[in-house]
Formats: sequence, C-alpha cells, structure tokens
Amino acid sequence: MNYEETLLKLVENDERFIVMTAENRAAIRNLQQKIGNRFIDTGITEMTLIGMAAGLALRGRIPVTHALATFLTMRAFEFIRTDVGIANLPVKIVGGFPGLLSEANGPTHQAIEDISLMRGIPNMRIFCPADENDMLKCIETILYSPSPYYIRYNNRKPVYRHLNNYVEGHAEIISTGKDINILTYGVLFTEALEVMELLEKKGLRTGLVNLRTLKPIDEEVILDSLKNYGMTVTLEDHFLTGGLFSIVSEIAMKNNVSGNVLPISFEEKWFKPALYNDVLDYEGLNPKSIFEKIIKKLEEKK
Amino acid sequence: MNNNNNNYDSLKETAFKVREHIIRMATDGGCFIGASLSCADILVYLYKCFLNTNKDNINKSDRDYFFLSKGHDVPALYGTFVEIGLIKKERLSRHLKTDDYIYWHPNVNIPGIEFHSGSLGHLLSVSMGSAYDSKLKEINNKTVVLLGDGELNEGSVWESAMVAASLKLDNLIAVVDRNHFQANMETEKLNILEPLDGKFETFGWNVKKVNGHDFEEMDKVFSDIKTESGKPTMIIAETVRGKGLPSIEARADRWFVNFTQNEVSQLLNELATQEKTILTSETLMVR
Repeated sequence: MNYEETLLKLVENDERFIVMTAENRAAIRNLQQKIGNRFIDTGITEMTLIGMAAGLALRGRIPVTHALATFLTMRAFEFIRTDVGIANLPVKIVGGFPGLLSEANGPTHQAIEDISLMRGIPNMRIFCPADENDMLKCIETILYSPSPYYIRYNNRKPVYRHLNNYVEGHAEIISTGKDINILTYGVLFTEALEVMELLEKKGLRTGLVNLRTLKPIDEEVILDSLKNYGMTVTLEDHFLTGGLFSIVSEIAMKNNVSGNVLPISFEEKWFKPALYNDVLDYEGLNPKSIFEKIIKKLEEKK
Repeated sequence: MNNNNNNYDSLKETAFKVREHIIRMATDGGCFIGASLSCADILVYLYKCFLNTNKDNINKSDRDYFFLSKGHDVPALYGTFVEIGLIKKERLSRHLKTDDYIYWHPNVNIPGIEFHSGSLGHLLSVSMGSAYDSKLKEINNKTVVLLGDGELNEGSVWESAMVAASLKLDNLIAVVDRNHFQANMETEKLNILEPLDGKFETFGWNVKKVNGHDFEEMDKVFSDIKTESGKPTMIIAETVRGKGLPSIEARADRWFVNFTQNEVSQLLNELATQEKTILTSETLMVR
C-alpha cells in the first residue's frame, strides 16, 4: 500500500479524515474521484488551506494538508503558528519535495529551513521519514496523533527495510558502534547507509541512527552518541542553523556534556539546483564525499 | 425575524448596556474602544436575533458558529456575552488581570469564543472550515464571521473570499464592520477599498449593504439572506467608529484609548445624554 492508498483507507474507515491540498496533487492524484467532498483543493492558496484546515479541525476533523514544503511552511507560516499551533489542533502538514528532493527547482523551492521554523512552534511535531518504506511504516500512527504534525514527505525508493514501529520521540537505531555515529533523517539516510559500509570497511566501528522525529527528539540517543562515540556526525539536507546540528548542540549544553561533532549541512547557502545525484556530487554529499569528510575530521583530531 | 417596534427598543437598550461595558473596559490599561463601539449594534443584533447560539447550546454541534476575525473589538463581544448570560458581568472587572483571560484579543478560555484571533486576515479561512464541515455533516447551521474594513488590506482575506465562492459555501455569512477607519487613518486614505460591494460581487459573493446601527434595517437584510443560493453572503455594515460617544466618533486618534476613571464616568454620562464631554486630557494613549 502506498501513501495515497493509505490515505484512502483512513478516509474510508474514519469520517474525521479530510484530504486537502493547495493544488499540489503529486502524492494524491487519484483521491478526488474516490472520496468526493472529503477531498478539498483550495487552489494555490497556502494560507487559506491552513486556516480552513484549522476550522475543520475545530469541528472535529483531522485534515491532512498538502503543498510544496517551502510554500506550506513559509507562505503559510503564521497560519500554522497562529491557527494550528496556538490551538494545538491535529492538522497534519505534509510538505512535498522538501530539502534535496526539490532537485533542480532552485532556491525558491528549497525547504532547508523548514525544520528550524516548525520546531519553533509550541505543540508542533516533526516527522522526517528516511524513505517510502519508513514513511509508510509510521504514517498511520502519525495521522491519528492528536497533535499537529509537520511531515517531510519522502517517497524515495527504499534500500532498507524498516522494522521498528513508530513511537513518537524514538529514533530508529540501525546499527551501533564505538568510533563514529551518524545521526541523520530524511532523504540522506540512503547515502548514510553507504557511508556506514565504507567506514566499516576501513575498520571503523560505525553506528547509524534514523532519527525519524526531530521534535520531539530522542534525547537519550543523542546523549549516548555524544558520550560514548569517538565522533558524532550530524547529516542533514537543511541549513546548519536550526536543524539537527542545532538540536544536538542544545541538548549538549542543557546536559553539560561535550562531544566531537562533525556537522554536514548547508552553511549560509542554498544548494546548486540540479538532478539529485548531481547535486550530491556538486555539494559533496555523495557517500564517498561524506566518507572523506569524516576521515579528514578524524585525522585532524589525531 | 421581523421584530415589532418594542423589540427594537429592547435591542437598543441591550446595545446601550454593551457600550457601557466597553467604556468601563477603556481604563486601567485601556482597550480598542473605537472599533468596539462601531460593531456593538451588529453583535447585539447577531446574538439576540440571528444566531441560534445561547448559553444552553454553546457546546452543541448544531449551534451557529460565530468568529470574530477583527479580534481587537472583543470588548463589544464580551459585553454582548454578559447581556445574553454567557459570562458574568463581574468577570469584565478582571479585564487585563492575570487571574483571568479577558485581554485585548479573544481566546477560547472565555465561554462562547469559538476561536482566538488578533492577527488580521485569519478567521475568514477558519470560518470556511466550519462552514464546510456543516455541509459535510448536512447540519443546517450558519457560520458567521465579522471582519474589519482595515482588515481587508490583508491579502489572505481576498484569497479566502475567492476560495469560499469556489467551494459554494452558501452557509457562510461574512459581515464587514465598515467604520471607514483603520488604526491610524481613514481607510480610503491608505488603500482604496471602494467599491467594496462590487469587489466582493465580482469574487462571487451575494453582497448586501446595511446600516450597522439600525436594528430594523439589519433585521430586514439578515432575514433575507438565502443560505441555499450557492454563494456565500457578504454583509457590508456601514458604521461609525466610536458610535455612541460624540466626543470620539469618527476620530482617527481614538482607536486604542486608556482613559482615567474620571473620564470613564464622564463618558458614561455622555453615552446617556449624547452631550460631548470635554476630555480633560488630550494625551490619551494611542497605540
């Protein structure tokens, strides 16, 4: 069952679910004909989409809203913060083509500050699935949550079978090690798997964590990484400011621990627009480049 | 409902009391008195004659839903709530106090408030969610939202107006408190709103104009709204900012005021006599 079929099942089984979009139908192309007036397309109107979703949620519905991640989290930011956030309504905010998945669209479409924005809203939860399999493993539980959720939609074909059920605030630990621990979320998970193999081949005992939720964050996993690994790598398709590296830094300060952390994120710049693999090559985010960054940092430390 | 004359008199009496409540809230920190006074008659009409909402059905899902999008007028709404028995009059004396939630914008801690507001341009879209839900559930209730004319500067209002008409939300009624002022100046001196009726008509709404201080006229216009026309309805209620207090009526610098206790007493007297008060201080706080 894919994302669309999962939504269809929920709509058919529970009258609370309403599927909404601001004319982004990429993930939900076939739903309107099947669910009729439980499908609302407001047109290219992110603010109205979110305001209306809040009104529906107020009346007991669970609106699942869709638009491109940039426009949804930024054009409609104040509506999310003020109408969904303050009221703590169970509106689900599904951002399409987040981060690197915007590929060749250019900076207008690069949601790489979305997590920073969404995590600043009290009550908001953030789910960043590693791939389609991870998303589908977790999505039902998330859509049924009584909380507002920002979902970084990711239908990348999985190369890994995610076995753990979703528990809010719990990361999925893929492997444990001693020397290096890679903390990641979202689309770069697939590259991280390859980086892990490269490091293991070099004899480095490597851990890999698929964080899944950036808020609430699995603090225990992060503290364990800072305390018990030689190096922690934060790997994300997000600005350095406000994303995973910031979260790890905050947790470190709060708990008075230090750690050897290598952040891999976009520092004060948007990424080169191109097809996915070309972006990775250009920005030094293919598995080999990430591997080399980690080795360089290890050698600097010696 | 087409009241007889006696009932219109009773509405006037209620509105008089609501204005007294508003004036009493304009001290010890103050409130947005000008716009509160302009919509007081509209709110009294809506809650006494048009909405089915009352203290007994306030948690029932078939009640009519009212949303105050121009949230800074909330003293008028709380005053109305006192008069229809939703909240106790004593509660208004806790205006701006930390032991209650009676502050400058509405919030759901007060019975009868359906949704918080304060940021302009939000509640038309929120009310559309409510209206859509009623359609889905085939509940025959109304959703009414009150907008400010200054609020119409916000692009989100026009975006939502377009969508509401496209979704054929004919159970949605928006009312504009057309008092011709926004925070600092007359609306037409900043962004031109007129012809306002024509604008909403071309957006696909039923549009009607009414004198927002004339209960008989409001009764005629609101009774005539057709909620199965396929179009949402926009009522442009012509009003006067500061209505009821000649000394502050239609004055740009009487948007937010914080009077002294003595001035409040004088203004209560002015409300009753309609004789202009010579306000002792011209250094009233204007936000």
